[in-house]
Amino acid sequence: MAKSVVQEFTKGLWAEIPPFRLVLGLCPTLAVTKGVENGIGMGVALTFVLVCSNVVISLVRKIIPNKVRIACFIVVIATFVTVVELVMQAFAYPLFLKLGIFIPLIVVNCIVLGRAEAFAAKNGVVASFADGLGIGIGYTLALTTLAIIREVFGNGTFYNIPVFGPSFKPFAFMVQAPGAFVCLGLMLCIMNILGKK
Amino acid sequence: MRDMLKLFLAVVLFTAVSGGVLAAVRNATQERIEYQQLKFVKGPAIKKILEGCSNNPLSDRFKIRDGAGERNIFVGEFNGKRNTIAFESFGMGEGGPIGVMVAINLDTDKVVGVGVTTHKETPGLGSRIKTEPAFTAQFKGMPIKDPFKVKADGGKIDAISGATISSRGVCGAVMQSSEVYLRLKEKIIEKIKGLKG
Repeated sequence: MAKSVVQEFTKGLWAEIPPFRLVLGLCPTLAVTKGVENGIGMGVALTFVLVCSNVVISLVRKIIPNKVRIACFIVVIATFVTVVELVMQAFAYPLFLKLGIFIPLIVVNCIVLGRAEAFAAKNGVVASFADGLGIGIGYTLALTTLAIIREVFGNGTFYNIPVFGPSFKPFAFMVQAPGAFVCLGLMLCIMNILGKK
Repeated sequence: MRDMLKLFLAVVLFTAVSGGVLAAVRNATQERIEYQQLKFVKGPAIKKILEGCSNNPLSDRFKIRDGAGERNIFVGEFNGKRNTIAFESFGMGEGGPIGVMVAINLDTDKVVGVGVTTHKETPGLGSRIKTEPAFTAQFKGMPIKDPFKVKADGGKIDAISGATISSRGVCGAVMQSSEVYLRLKEKIIEKIKGLKG
C-alpha cells in the first residue's frame, strides 16, 4: 500500500470523482439532479451506504469464501440501502417521495459494488473507510454541481429559493432528460480539459 | 463437500445478520414512518374530506380490531358532536391498489366525503381520480347502504372518461368501507364514547 489514508480520501474528490472520471453510476446521476435538494439527498444516501459497506466488507474480507463473495457483498450493501430507505421515510418523507425508486436502486449502483470489489475486499478498514468517504463525497459534489446548474437555469431557483427576478423565463430544457445528458457531457468535457494540464 | 458447507454457512450467516439488523431498524422506525405517512399523504386527504370540523382528526384517532388486522379510525367533530368518522380502504385499480379515505356520518349513515390517498394509476388518465375533485364529490351525501358502482355497471357514479378501471377501483374501495362500517359501527360508537376530552 503506497498511498496514505489522506490520499485514499482525496482521490475520490478529484482524480477518481465517480460520475465524471470513473463515469459510473450515471442512471441516478441523470435522473435525480433536477434540484439541489434531490442531488444532495441522493449523495448523502449513497455516501452512507458506501462508507458502511466498505467498512463492513473490509472487516469480514478474510472470512468470506472467494466463490460467494459477490453474493455476500450484495447482502451487505442491500442491508444498508434498506436501512437508509427506512430512516429516510421516518425523518425526510418528502425527500423520500421525490427520490422514489432511486433509493432502493443504490443496491445495484456500480459505484458501491465497484468499490467493494476493487478496494474494500483488498484493503484494511481505515483505508476502506477513507476510500468510501472520499468517493461518496466526490459523488455528492458532482451531483450537487450538476443539480445547481440544472436547477438555476431550468427552474430559476436554488434550493427552491428563486434567484433571478420574476422576469426570468426558465430554460425548461435543462430540467428535462435531454438537458441532463447535455449538462453531463459539458461537465465531462470541462473535466478533461482541466485534467490535461 | 466441506468447501460447499463453508460457502453455504457464509451466505447463511450474512443473510441472518442482515435480517436481524433490518428487523431492528424497522421496529425502531415503524412508528415514525406511520406518523410521516399520516402527515404527508393521509393527513391532507382527511383534512379535506372532514372540512369544517372543529377538532384535529389526526390526533383524535384510535385503532380498532377488525378480524385479524387493525384499522385506524379518525374522528371529526361537527357542531360540538363527534359524529363523523373517517378511515382508509383499498380498491383495485389498473396499476395497483388505490387507497381511499372515506368519511361517514354516524347519525345519518351517509357519506360525508371521499378522498384518494395513494395510487399507482397512469399519470394524466387514471390519476385524475385524485386530481379531479368533481369525481370524488359525487359520493358526497350518498347513503352508505347504496351500491357504489359506476354507471357502466348499473350504478350512479359517473366514471372519468378514459379511466373507467380506476373509477371502478375507487367505487370498490368505498363499497369495502361501507361493509367495514356496517360491521364495526357499534364498536366504533363505543370507542368514541371512551375517547377523552
